Amino acid sequence: MGDKTIISFKGVHKQYDESMILKNVSFDLEKGKFYTLLGPSGCGKSTILNLIAGFTQVTSGDIVLDGKKVNALPPNKRKVNTVFQDYALFPHMNVYDNVAFGLKIKKLPKDQIKEKVTEALRSVRLTGFEKREIAEMSGGQRQRVAIARALVNEPEILLLDEPLSALDLKLRTEMQYELRELQQRLGITFIFVTHDQEEALAMSDKIFVMKEGEIVQSGTPIDIYDEPLNKYVADFIGESNIVDGKMIKDYKVEFAGKTFDCVDGGMPDDEPVEIVIRPEDFVVTRPALGDLTVIVQSQLFRGVHYEIIGEDPEGNEWMVHTTRKAAVGEEVGLAFEPRDIHIMRVGETETAFNARLAEYAVNNGSSVQEAIDTEKGVELNYDN
Amino acid sequence: MITKQNRLLFFPYFIWVGLFVLVPIGLLIYQSFIGLDGGFTVANFVTYFTSTTYLTMTIQSFIYAFIITLITLCISYPTAYFLTQTKRKDLWMLLLILPTWINVLLKAYAFIGLLSQQGSVNTFFDWIGVGRQQLLFTNASFLLVATYIEIPFMLLPIYNAIEEINPSVVQASRDLGANTWETFRNVIFPLSLSGVRSGIQVVFIPSLSLFMLTRLIGGNRVITLGTAIEQHFLVTQNWGMGSTIGIVLIVLMIIIMAGTAGRKKGVRR
Repeated sequence: MGDKTIISFKGVHKQYDESMILKNVSFDLEKGKFYTLLGPSGCGKSTILNLIAGFTQVTSGDIVLDGKKVNALPPNKRKVNTVFQDYALFPHMNVYDNVAFGLKIKKLPKDQIKEKVTEALRSVRLTGFEKREIAEMSGGQRQRVAIARALVNEPEILLLDEPLSALDLKLRTEMQYELRELQQRLGITFIFVTHDQEEALAMSDKIFVMKEGEIVQSGTPIDIYDEPLNKYVADFIGESNIVDGKMIKDYKVEFAGKTFDCVDGGMPDDEPVEIVIRPEDFVVTRPALGDLTVIVQSQLFRGVHYEIIGEDPEGNEWMVHTTRKAAVGEEVGLAFEPRDIHIMRVGETETAFNARLAEYAVNNGSSVQEAIDTEKGVELNYDN
Repeated sequence: MITKQNRLLFFPYFIWVGLFVLVPIGLLIYQSFIGLDGGFTVANFVTYFTSTTYLTMTIQSFIYAFIITLITLCISYPTAYFLTQTKRKDLWMLLLILPTWINVLLKAYAFIGLLSQQGSVNTFFDWIGVGRQQLLFTNASFLLVATYIEIPFMLLPIYNAIEEINPSVVQASRDLGANTWETFRNVIFPLSLSGVRSGIQVVFIPSLSLFMLTRLIGGNRVITLGTAIEQHFLVTQNWGMGSTIGIVLIVLMIIIMAGTAGRKKGVRR
C-alpha cells in the first residue's frame, strides 16, 4: 500500500432516502491492478463506482483519490473515466467524434486529437470505423467505442459498470481476454463491476464480494474460490456442495457420517461447521475406492463435462462435474483429497477468518494456501 | 403486414382524409384558377405575385410568425430544460399545459378584459401613476397574446425531447471532463433539436395564418395571410383570390416542413 495506493474508501456510508446502500465500506486499491466488485444486483457495487466517478456523494466517510480527499469534487475534475453499462455513446456523433469528445473538451490541438483518437481506435481494433454512425455499430463494436472513448483521456482509473452484460456469450468471453490484455498493457487501474462470477474470476487481480452494501470477502480469485468465507460467498462464486459437518479436532472433520482428514484447524473441538466441496474436485471411481459412495440420481450433459447429482446414504446430495459418464441408478465412489474440503465457520468475519488462516498455516509449518494455489491454478484455467 | 382486415380498419380514415383533406384541397386548387367572372384564368396568381399589397402582406405574415416563434422558443426552451430538472415535473407540466384546454377565443377575450382602457392592467398603471395607455390593438399586444397562446405547443415537444435523453449520456459527458455548460452545449442541446424542430413547425406554420387574434387583439393593424383569406371569402366574396392565397400558404407550409425536417442521420437510436 502506501505509495501504490491510488484510491481509498474510509468508512463510507451512502444513504438514498431511507435505505442504506453502503454500510461502512473501507478499502485501498493499488495502482495498475484489475479489481472486481462482485455481487448480485442491488448490493451497492454500482454505487461505489458512482462515488468514485463523482456522480453521487457520500453520506459519511471519505474517498481519497491520489492522496487527496475528493468527496465533493465534480466528475469532470477527476482523472477517472467510466465505461457505462449501456455504453452511453453520444447518438448524434459518429465514432470519431465520440472518442474525441474528452480531448475536444480539453481543447487539445486538432492534430494531436486525431493522433490520439486513431491510436485509441486501433487499440480496440476499430481502425477504419471513424466515420461510422453509432446506430450502425453492433453491440460489441459500441462497447469498444465506449472503451476507446474512456481510455483516450488517459485516466488513472477506469471504471467499468457491467460493460459485458449486454453481449452474447462468445463475444463476452472474447472481450474478457481483451479487457484483461488491455489493462495489463496500459497499466491503468481497472475497477470492474459485475454479477457474473466467471467474469470476475477470469479477469481480476483482486475480487471484492459484496452483499447488501457491505464487502463480505476480498482476495485473489483463487483465494475466494478455494477459501470462501461463508455460504453466501461459496454459493455466489461458483456451484458448490455445501453440507453441515463437525470439526472433531484440528485437521479432522466429520460429515456425511464419516470422518475425513482435512487441512483446516484453529477451531474449538466439536464445533459445528459447513463443508464446501467443489463439484469439479471429485474424482468418480469404483465404490470401493471412493471416500464417499453415492447413487446417481441424474446426469446432465453440459458440453465440457457431465453434471451428476448423486445421493449418499445419509441423504446429502452431491453435485459432481466429471468427464466420465455414469448411469442413473448406478452406485459410484467419489474420491477427493483433504485439501478439497473447505471448512467454513458459521458467522465468522473476514478479519477473524484471515487471522485464523494465517495462524494454522504457520503452525502447520508450510503454507497451506500456497499448496492449494499451485494445485488449483490448472483447474481454474480450465474452468474459465 | 397489411392484411385484408387491416385495410378494412383503415377505411374510415381513408374516407376522412378523402372528404376533409383531399377534396377541399382539390376544390381550393380549382377555385384558385377561377376569375371573378367565373372563367378559367391564372390571373389570380399573376395578381398575387405582382401586387405589392399581397407581397407585403406575405412578408409581414412571415415576419410576425418569425417573431412569435422566436419569442416562444426563447421562453419555452429554458422553461422546458428547467422543468426536466425539477422534482414534480408532472405537476409543473400540467400547470403549463392547462391553458391549452381553454378555447382560444375565450383566452383572447380574457386578454381584451385585461388590456382594454378600463382593464386591470391599465387600472394598475393608473394607480402607480404611469397613467392609462393604449395597450389593446397594438403590435405588441398582438405578439404578447399570440406568444402566450403558442407557448405550450413549443414547450411540450422540447420538454419531451429533453426528457428522452438518456441520463447516462449526460453523465458520460461530465465523466469525460465537460462542465455543466459544455455538457449542455455539446450533448443536451444537439439531442433536443428534434423537439425544437417540431416545436417550430407547430408554432410557425399556424402563426402564418392567425386571423382571429389579428382582429380581436391586433385591431386589424396586423394583416396576415389568414386575415386576407377570411376577408376574400367572407367580405369581398372573391373566392378565387382567397383560394390562391390559400394555395400559396399551403406551399409555404410544405416548404417549411421540408426545411425543418432535419437530417435523419444520428437521431435514430
